[in-house]
Amino acid sequence: MLKEWIIEKSLIVAAMVSFVIIAFIIMIVFRAGVPLIAEVGVGNFLFGMDWRPEREIFGIFPMIIGTLLVALFSMLISVPLGILTAIFLAEVAPEIMRNILRPAIELLAGIPSVVYGFVGLMVLVPFIRTHLGPPGFSILAGSIVLAIMALPTIITISEDAIKAVPKSYKEASFAVGATHWQTIKNIILPAARSGILAGVVLGSGRAIGETMAAIMVLGNLPVIPTSVLGPIRTLTANVAMEMAYAPHGPHRQALFATGVVLFIVVSILVVISNRLRRGQ
Amino acid sequence: MLTKTPLLNETDISASTGGERMSRADKEFKIVVRNLSFYYGKIQALKDVSLDIQANKVTAIIGPSGCGKSTFIRILNRMNDIIPGVRVEGKVMIDSQNIYDGNVGAVEIRRRVGMVFQKSNPFPKSIFENVAYGLRISGLIKKSSDLGERVRRALVDAVLWDEVKDRLNASAFKLSGGQQQRLCIARALVIEPEVILFDEPCSALDPTSTAKVEELIQNLKDKYTIVIVTHNMQQAARVSDYTAFLMLGELIEFNKTNKMFTTPSEKVTEDYITGRFG
Repeated sequence: MLKEWIIEKSLIVAAMVSFVIIAFIIMIVFRAGVPLIAEVGVGNFLFGMDWRPEREIFGIFPMIIGTLLVALFSMLISVPLGILTAIFLAEVAPEIMRNILRPAIELLAGIPSVVYGFVGLMVLVPFIRTHLGPPGFSILAGSIVLAIMALPTIITISEDAIKAVPKSYKEASFAVGATHWQTIKNIILPAARSGILAGVVLGSGRAIGETMAAIMVLGNLPVIPTSVLGPIRTLTANVAMEMAYAPHGPHRQALFATGVVLFIVVSILVVISNRLRRGQ
Repeated sequence: MLTKTPLLNETDISASTGGERMSRADKEFKIVVRNLSFYYGKIQALKDVSLDIQANKVTAIIGPSGCGKSTFIRILNRMNDIIPGVRVEGKVMIDSQNIYDGNVGAVEIRRRVGMVFQKSNPFPKSIFENVAYGLRISGLIKKSSDLGERVRRALVDAVLWDEVKDRLNASAFKLSGGQQQRLCIARALVIEPEVILFDEPCSALDPTSTAKVEELIQNLKDKYTIVIVTHNMQQAARVSDYTAFLMLGELIEFNKTNKMFTTPSEKVTEDYITGRFG
């Protein structure tokens, strides 16, 4: 009985510790960031076109646009590719192939982002510079790297969703003379829709939250780009690039404020993803 | 060839109707099965089964669990094709065409041989779309008024129309279990197949719903050839004209139902239908 009591209490303690740590981090970020947003004004901070910390002008609009553009373009690449791969793995691939491909794809998720960024920097950036035009550091390079990084999430969650569609739906569709593709398109994908969307949202969360790889290939200029070959800076890159030069004062607060915006955006995505996964 | 001399008549015939009579049998029966063996990998599920299924009659397949009865009817519409590692030997002729010939497509066979499953399995769609599905994917129906009429007729034939006509756009999951099973029957009927296979259609239904489905099967045989798998002996006796008794993958006896249930020719059949095992 005493043993039960100890186990139960230590579980509570473990849960509380995790919760308190997370709560502290959120508190620190908000306490440091929110006053600056209040001082500058929410509108000026979110929609300001200029980021000049040396003159205490803090507008993150170009970086919000940059973050959203990179997320959008990387999704344009990774979503079709990811869903088609998931369909292939779940419905078409022979057992042996699946048993090799699926762990290989899961492994992709475990590779540190600096490796992806480094390959992007050494291969993709020079390629874009010479074949498509300078500077090479660009939305295109970042979108491709982040798309590849989002693929494992999208593929594995979508494949699980497709596999979870009851076999009886598939049989019923076949029984009225549907082809395999008709069955996939009309029955399996609609039934798996919420799970697939959850994978897409989680994958895009990864693209928005990714920092290291983004810094390495995006060029990091806080401007609104005019083409996919132009450089941009993401919100995460903004924090990572400047934290060393902003030990105190409003500049540091502005970086925390950037963190607040990121936190809110990613939280919204997580909530959406969870709702979709529960099939609401 | 033209005169109809059924292989199955008042005098009983045993399961071992040989291949030599096949050329005649081809024309007289809707489905002719010859020397059919079926394997899941190395496991043999059916052993050298031969039997003839008459058009516009109900043929019941009975036998203890694991005897291969579900495997058998899933062969008739090539539903087993979707399981990896299976193998079919022998012939299954529908209107003298071997459905396992290399040039015959499973999709085409399944349009001619419909199926109703053990557990009702409507799609997560509306009542209307569940029935319309088979027509939509066939691409044959272009006008939506034609589609509506075909769906209505199928629902009428499945004796469900009066219960759902005011809520065709409601989810199929809102229907009761018995209604869902009749919806699945309507879904099979709408593409006007020639044969309908029922794989234990009532095993999950209450007695009232079961009675409705059984009555429906009786009415359907005017238009369709029906094969029903059941492990309910009374059901086989009530609904079928012919009964095949399978055990351990072998066809033990095939006969007119009333003969089978009164004076079976095999001792083991008698033991099974009187409930001594199974």
